[in-house]
Amino acid sequence: MQTHIKMHTKNLDFFYGDFQALDQISIDFIENRVTALIGPSGCGKSTYLRCLNRMNDLISGIRVKGRAMLDDNDIYDPSIDVVTLRRQVGMVFQKPNPFPKSVFENIAYGLKVNGVKDKAKITRIVEKSLKQAAIWDEVKDRLNESALGLSGGQQQRLCIARALAVGPEVLLMDEPASALDPIATQKIEELITELSLKLTIIIVTHNMQQAARVSDRTAFFYMGKLIEVNDTDTLFTKPELKQTEDYITGRFG
Amino acid sequence: MIKQRLIIQKLCFSFLRIAALLNGAALALIVCFMLSRGWRAISWEFLSQAPKDSMTAGGILPCIVGTMALCLVTIFVALPIGVASAIYLNEYASQGKLVRFIRLGINNLAGVPSIVFGLFGLAFFCIVLKMGVSAASGGLTLGIMTLPVIIGASEEALKSVPNTYREASLAMGATKWQTIRKVVLPVAFPGIITGSILGISRAAGETAPIMYTGAVFFTPDLPASILDEVMALPYHIYVLATAGTQIEATRHLQYGTALVLIVLVFGMNLSAIILRSKIRKKLRI
Repeated sequence: MQTHIKMHTKNLDFFYGDFQALDQISIDFIENRVTALIGPSGCGKSTYLRCLNRMNDLISGIRVKGRAMLDDNDIYDPSIDVVTLRRQVGMVFQKPNPFPKSVFENIAYGLKVNGVKDKAKITRIVEKSLKQAAIWDEVKDRLNESALGLSGGQQQRLCIARALAVGPEVLLMDEPASALDPIATQKIEELITELSLKLTIIIVTHNMQQAARVSDRTAFFYMGKLIEVNDTDTLFTKPELKQTEDYITGRFG
Repeated sequence: MIKQRLIIQKLCFSFLRIAALLNGAALALIVCFMLSRGWRAISWEFLSQAPKDSMTAGGILPCIVGTMALCLVTIFVALPIGVASAIYLNEYASQGKLVRFIRLGINNLAGVPSIVFGLFGLAFFCIVLKMGVSAASGGLTLGIMTLPVIIGASEEALKSVPNTYREASLAMGATKWQTIRKVVLPVAFPGIITGSILGISRAAGETAPIMYTGAVFFTPDLPASILDEVMALPYHIYVLATAGTQIEATRHLQYGTALVLIVLVFGMNLSAIILRSKIRKKLRI
């Protein structure tokens, strides 16, 4: 069993101004596995996720301490090009957010901004990405129509395809199914399992059943601290801490 | 008790409705007034010839062309600078002292009376920069005056672009500039254009900023370059109504000119609205 650690953080602290939102977070993310981040609202799980592709850089007045590593590179090292990092560590957001462009252009966008000019290559990757995201059959006849005409679930799979097109090694997902109906959610979950054969996935979710269904490992956050991280089966059946047990059994949060 | 509350509600709604209707009524009144007094002056000759007989007869072609020339210069000056400023303020600048200072400047620029712009234009563009009384000087003066409007409209349009678009683009490894250029601007474009055209059509009707800088009392020639002086519709009305040789006898010409100006401005506004809805439909926003 392969257990290469694709990404990890060591004693990661995060501050919004004077407010400390994350306190000494250390997690290893195993390659080609799904790790779920769970915890009540405001526990810092989304903030943590956004540290991993430096999306938090967009907010002014933030400060990061500790280490966050992708393979052997510290992603907060000044020599790291954040644009390259975000290509390696893709992201899917809570609300489907396709651009007001055609289905094709949505996927091709990431390739174009990263300097791919070869039209045949773009067409090939667009098709491949849409197939990977299990939406090709639904959109193959409407590639030139606006992506905003798709249903919510289709839009979200389109966004996943869009993230896949630039060839990320890690995919961050911030509650990717929370705005979708149960059937669309199920499709996304199947997709996550499928994608984890080739990708390291880190998913934030409010839904504990979802974490149990899709993830190999689960990390429980509370008040900016990492309370417990373990194999999903173990964490949900034999949690080490009372606090974790209380949360997963629905006694608080 | 309940009845009383319903009556109060009805009264308030009626008042609000009357207030809203008054706007439409004011516009309708202005248009009707101009139409009834000015339509007799409108003819092909009026639109296609220069004034003659000491501006008591003939047409207003040089004024129409002059106003259009001024507007073109205004667009070329104010649109790029205004949009660029708005992008900087809204997308790039961190909200520090410099930005607050720039915003203060823009707000105060919007409050400067138009006659002051005229005097400034005369002193700076006409004399210091030696451009004389010309479409260039007048257009530049109008351009500076229009800048705050264009910046305001552009900032509104940029703010209305959902942040999720920016995040999605950046998360794919696009740079900030690529994100602005390829995602934010296309979505904001209709709003920017509409706001800008509204600002420029407002400038088209201004008299004070151009009376020392771009417009002249009378010139039978159409401008050959932007360094030529021009006649302009609003100034022509002012001249005919206050300084002409036969103020009473040229009333119909004054109203006719005003009618042409109003139609021109409405035309610009209408094209802005049509353009916006067309692009919106294309983008499906």
